[in-house]
Order: sequence, then C-alpha cells, then structure tokens
Amino acid sequence: MNVGCTRRAFAGGFAVALLPLAANATPETMREAIREVTGDRAVRGGRIVLDIQPLIDNGNTVPMRVRVESAMTDGDRVTALHVFNEKNPQPHVLSVRFGPRAGRAEIATRIKLADTQKVVAVAEMSDGSLWTAGIDVIVTIAACIEGLE
Amino acid sequence: MAAPLVNAPKRVRRGEVFEVRTLISHPMETGFRPGTNGTIIPRDIIEHVRCRFAGETVLDMALSPAVSANPYLVFYVRADAGGALEMEWTGDKGFSASYSTAIVVE
Amino acid sequence: MKQGSAAVAFFALLAATALAQGIADPRRSGFDDMGTALQAIQRDDFSNPAALWLAEGESAWNRQAGSAGKSCADCHGGPENMRGVAARYPAYDTMLGRVVNLDGKIEDCRIRRQKADPLPHESRARVALEAFVARQSRGLPIVPPDEPNVGAAAAAGSALFTRRMGQLDLSCAQCHEQRAGQRLAGSIIPQGHPTGYPVYRSEWQSVGTLQRRLRNCMIGVRAEAFAYGSPEFVALEAFLMRRAAGMTIETPAVRP
Ligand code: HEC
Ligand code: HEC
Repeated sequence: MNVGCTRRAFAGGFAVALLPLAANATPETMREAIREVTGDRAVRGGRIVLDIQPLIDNGNTVPMRVRVESAMTDGDRVTALHVFNEKNPQPHVLSVRFGPRAGRAEIATRIKLADTQKVVAVAEMSDGSLWTAGIDVIVTIAACIEGLE
Repeated sequence: MAAPLVNAPKRVRRGEVFEVRTLISHPMETGFRPGTNGTIIPRDIIEHVRCRFAGETVLDMALSPAVSANPYLVFYVRADAGGALEMEWTGDKGFSASYSTAIVVE
Repeated sequence: MKQGSAAVAFFALLAATALAQGIADPRRSGFDDMGTALQAIQRDDFSNPAALWLAEGESAWNRQAGSAGKSCADCHGGPENMRGVAARYPAYDTMLGRVVNLDGKIEDCRIRRQKADPLPHESRARVALEAFVARQSRGLPIVPPDEPNVGAAAAAGSALFTRRMGQLDLSCAQCHEQRAGQRLAGSIIPQGHPTGYPVYRSEWQSVGTLQRRLRNCMIGVRAEAFAYGSPEFVALEAFLMRRAAGMTIETPAVRP
C-alpha cells in the first residue's frame, strides 16, 4: 500500500527531530563513551538484567528496567550503573550512583531511542569489577506526525 | 507546572526494601530539535535526580537528553531507620523541584 | 442511526451482526493496536504520565477561579458527579443553542459560571480539566444522546469522514475503515475510535485532545486542518462517538 503518509512525507516530528542534525552517536562513539567509564579494565558480560521490550512503536517513550545482581551490602555493592546507546545524537543515556540507602541496584525509567539500535548497560562494583549487558531494540516511528504549526 | 508525584509507602518494616516511584512534568527538550523557524530549540533538561532517606544518599542519577519527557523513575530504598524521604530534581534554566515525606520504620 | 452514512452503517452493522451471532465486536480500540510497552503504561495509572495532568485538573476542580469566585466543586460537588458525562458528549446545549463537545462545555462553565477568562485551546490547564472530568467516566460505555441536533451533527461528521481531503486526497474512511489494521510506515492504522481522549500521546510527549489528534491526521494528508472548536470538528467528534457507541471510555489513554 502506498497512501503516502510516510515519515518522510511529513515535516517535524521525531524522525526529523532527533536524527539528521547532530553528528549522531555511532557504535564507535558509544564504545568511546563506555571506555571513559571503564578505562582499560576488563568488562565481563553478566550480572545485569537489561529489560526493554524488543519492539517499540514510538521511540519517544521506551520503558527500560535495569537490575544488577548484588546484595547491596557493605562488602558487595554496585557503586554505579551507566546506560549508553548507539544511535541517538549522544551516546549517554543516564548514570546512577547508588548510596548506602539504596535497597537494590535497580531502576526503571523511560528513554528516547531515535532508531532501531543497541542499548548497553555497564555496572561498576565495589570490588572494582565491571559488568555489562546489551539489548537490541527495534523502533517503529509513529506515522502521522504532527506538522510544525 | 504540576508538583512532582511520588509514590512511596507510609510505613515499612525495619530492614525492608521498599519501592519508590516518581513522575515529574518536564519537556526534556533535547537541544537537537529544530523549532518552527528552523533554528534549534535550546536544550532544556533535568540533569540530576537525587534521593536521600534518613539523611543518607539512596541514589544520584545524571540524566541526558535521551531520558523521556515527564521523567519517570522507579528505585528501591532500604529502611534501616525511619526518617524523611527527600527528592530533588535540578536542571537547565535553573530548574529545581523537591519533595519530602516522612516514612515510619517499625 | 438513520442519519448515518456508509461508514456508520459499516461498523454498526458489523457490531450488530456480530452480537446477533455471538461473535466478538469487530471494533477495536487503538489500545489493541499498540505495542505491549505502551499498553503497560496505560494499564498502570501511576506510570501513565497523564497522572500529572489529572493532578492538575483535580486541583483546578477545587480551586476558585474567575470573578464569580467559585470552584467547579462549589457548584458540582465531588468529581464523581461527573461520572458518565464524557460518555455522552458531544451534546446539544440548549443555553448555547448548539452542539458542544466536553471541552467546549467545560469552557462554557468557566466563562459563564465562573466568569473566568477563556483558556487557549490545548493549553495545559484546559486539557488537564477535560482529562480530569473525562477520567470520571473511565470504564463506562459510550452512549451518544439520541437527540436530533446531535444526530444532525453526527451526519455532517459522517459526510466529512468519507470526504477526500488534502494533497494526498484521502478520506478518513480510506485509512480508518478500508486500511485499518494495515501498516503505514511501521505503525498500524487503528480504526480511529475516540475512546481514550484526552490521551497522553508519546509523539507529543504530552496530553492532548481528540481535536489535536484529528488535526494531526488532517495535516498528515496535507489538508488544511479545521480550527479548534469549529463546528466541523464537533461534527466529526459526534460522528466518531456514534461509531464507537458501546465501546468503553479509557481516558486518559496512552497512544504512540
Ligand atoms: C493516511 C491515513 C490516515 C488518514 C487519511 C486519517 N488518519 Fe487518523 N490516524 C492514522 C494513523 C496512522 C493513526 C495512528 C497514529 C499513531 O499510532 O501514531 C491515526 C489515528 C487516529 C485517531 C486516534 C485513534 C486512537 O486510538 O486514539 C483518530 C480518532 C483518527 N485517526 C481519526 C481520523 C479522522 C477523523 C480522519 C479524517 C479527518 C483521519 N483520522 C484521517 C491515519 C490516518
Ligand atoms: C456557578 C456554578 C457552576 C460552576 C462554578 C461550574 N459549573 Fe459546570 N454547570 C453548572 C450548571 C448549573 C450546569 C448545568 C446547566 C448547563 O449545562 O449550563 C453545569 C454543567 C456542566 C457540565 C455539563 C454536565 C452535563 O451533565 O452535561 C460540565 C461538564 C461542567 N458543568 C463542568 C464544570 C467544570 C469543569 C467547572 C469548573 C471549571 C464548572 N463546571 C464550574 C454550574 C456551574
């Protein structure tokens, strides 16, 4: 079917809004942003559950839950949790530092994804170890986008 | 702008981990979008959300423009002693909002 | 339903036949066409960002406004007294002598009863009040009034629904009846029912009215959108409510 009501047919909106203007994040800029956190230390896969629905109909509102396995006791804590993406204008999504009152190393929030891409979480533990997990998310964009009025 | 909405229990048992859910009105303008006249709408985001319970830090979150408008945040607090649950949101253009509620630990 | 056009007849007939044969109603809310992530947000009142608008609407309901110094609550009592109201608007208003939608009726009360200054269409305060009032009808079936003026408006709306418009030369019906369920650049074209308004639309990152949604569709086909509050939009709303008669109010819904 070609009714002409495609993303390209409309001015304004999400696709135009996020994509073409900035030098977008790329897998390489995401890797660099991650290296700013990890330095040359080894990063192991595991201990993180990164939960995002694999198919998202509008990239403006993407529910995300991240949980790191940890007792959150003095001896075994997650000190920080970072989330990155590949294709938004910037690779950073958010960073959380957990304090002594944190009951779990877990948050839920909503993020924007400008396109189908990978989202990566990195956790820093109190023993200095680093853990990571990634997830691929497919984003379809709302078709009839509000024109600039 | 509406006051932030915070959903937390009023009473919890000592040592219990409880959930806090928060919502706040904010455009989270990315700074990458063109406005009607073609020029970029300046960035306007919440940069930090902080939570303390009974005087100690629960978390300090740094947000980027990739966090959705009207930020929603769920997190977990350990109730070792009762006290005030204090939230603070700060951001661009001097944005600042706060919320405080007493939670009884029994 | 006698004033109804082909479009009304289409869904009404399907619904009636389905009920007679004990088959499920063929009409589906836009809720059923969206992804599980947004559905989960709509199902959970606190996670729905519309909660922020409802809270504002609630405080406006209780706050005195205008030179009459009266709040909505001063005359109407608790918001539960608004239960069912959103399910039967647009309605004919004898005082105004025309068919008004819920937004128009609330604004009329603000101006005439509270003696307050008009609020701009789609302003946060105005949308918040409508969302709060409409929220009281959540879960109730849509029951358009059986009244000749509303019938005439619905008939006019039905004609607009099937009229081709814009540079793309498409009618509402071509998308929402003939192509409903098909994909358009990734999104599913819904049947276009007004069950959830005002909605939190992810694309807007805010709560907006049904007329804002209709303007988006018109701009989408590159037609000149009707003005907010215009008789054309009220007619389209009256038609959409008839077409959705019996479906459940979801306000405040979430949509992509
Ligand atoms: C080119 C196809 C197209 C045309 C023509 C069109 N729409 Fe839409 N309409 C859509 C799409 C696609 C959506 C859903 C958008 C989304 O999910 O982001 C939609 C959404 C809607 C909704 C919201 C439904 C809900 O569940 O909230 C209503 C109501 C609606 N349209 C009514 C109309 C009316 C009335 C007209 C004519 C004035 C019209 N549309 C013309 C494609 C169209
Ligand atoms: C001074 C008293 C007064 C105030 C203040 C007032 N109203 Fe009303 N309202 C009425 C009366 C009387 C009616 C019924 C007659 C009419 O339709 O005008 C009415 C009707 C309505 C209706 C239509 C109800 C129906 O069953 O069709 C709605 C909706 C409404 N008001 C909402 C509001 C809201 C929202 C506010 C506050 C912003 C408000 N009113 C403030 C007196 C008031």
